[in-house]
Amino acid sequence: MSINRREFLKRAGVITALGLGGAVTLDAFELLEPLKAADFTSENKLAGKRWGLVIDMNKLTQADINNIIAGCHEAHNVPDMGNPKDEIKWIWTDTYEHVFPGSENHYLDEKTKTMPFLVLCNHCDHPPCVRVCPTQATFKREDGVVGMDMHRCIGCRFCMAACPYGARSFNYWDPVPHIAKINPDYPHRTKGVVEKCNFCMERLDEGLMPICVEKSNGAIVFGDLEDPNSEVRKLLSTHYSIRRKPELGTQPSIFYLIGGEDNA
Amino acid sequence: MKISGKTIGGLLIFSAIALFPFLYNIGKTDAQPVINTDTPVIQELGATECIEDTEYMRENHMQLLLEWRDAVVREGKTTYTNSKGEQFEMSLQNSCLNCHNDTPETVFFTADTANVGDNLFCYSCHNYAAVEPDCWDCHNAPREAER
Repeated sequence: MSINRREFLKRAGVITALGLGGAVTLDAFELLEPLKAADFTSENKLAGKRWGLVIDMNKLTQADINNIIAGCHEAHNVPDMGNPKDEIKWIWTDTYEHVFPGSENHYLDEKTKTMPFLVLCNHCDHPPCVRVCPTQATFKREDGVVGMDMHRCIGCRFCMAACPYGARSFNYWDPVPHIAKINPDYPHRTKGVVEKCNFCMERLDEGLMPICVEKSNGAIVFGDLEDPNSEVRKLLSTHYSIRRKPELGTQPSIFYLIGGEDNA
Repeated sequence: MKISGKTIGGLLIFSAIALFPFLYNIGKTDAQPVINTDTPVIQELGATECIEDTEYMRENHMQLLLEWRDAVVREGKTTYTNSKGEQFEMSLQNSCLNCHNDTPETVFFTADTANVGDNLFCYSCHNYAAVEPDCWDCHNAPREAER
């Protein structure tokens, strides 16, 4: 039996309308062998609902800051691009005026005005960078860490436009020649991806605290913000703390303790 | 319908070009890469088997690596339990490259395949299959090779 063109198109139309047209394709996918024994577990992982940091600016010395920045950058293969335009930032310092815009005044005490504030990704509760990422390369983990999957980043830089804290940097060039000493235990980045602080999630998963906390001599306290008995919650409930640009509603997880030599 | 000489000539030229690669390679041996990982360096490590059996790894290593990638980067899971119940760290850098670190001492090639690369474990097959792995764009190339 032979059918003419018109009849063939009619039948094809009916089959497609019934949703059978795609069946062949679906079958093909099911033929792919599923992975066996793919049981992924983790034992040492630090468990928390929402990790946060409290940075006590009174305890933080310039030497600590240098140590922290150097330690973070060495561990994560952060390049020194040599000029501010191409700078790659994970953790860096800025002035009060820039870190807390809107809070400055003409008569601010000299110490606060000039002291270097340690800034990093705020790992917001409502991260704008995650919302705008078209590939979900930037994502929020269950423990509150805003992470990046470099494998998926297409370098569109929407996240850089969205982040109100300037915590994201783009690799305009191949970073490798600008890394003083490559740490073989952590990957570096390639030209064309955005990067930022990852809250040392590779260390959290091994049961270690972030490097900045470790190198801060106690000036930075790490803990679970949702645990009322955690170190950070104890500090926050007894001291006056501020966050960066709270009016935007991003709910940063990084808190600063400023002023009062003994933190009245 | 009359077929002109031009048509036939064109067809001949087309088929000559289209068939050239096949004709050119007729009779040439298809030298597949043969890798021997039974080397002193690997024996010293004490690990004589990969995390899954060779056949499985050969067919599924790319899928496995993708699963590991998502598990580690996105879900924060770092331990892989293989089909025998043994556990490994899910890490290209710290697990795979312990053995597959691409030094001349760890991977030997047969004479046929010595030309495909500088004794690189991954590239020996990947070059043959013309599939470029982009792992080393970001992951540090095998450690031993850097020395």
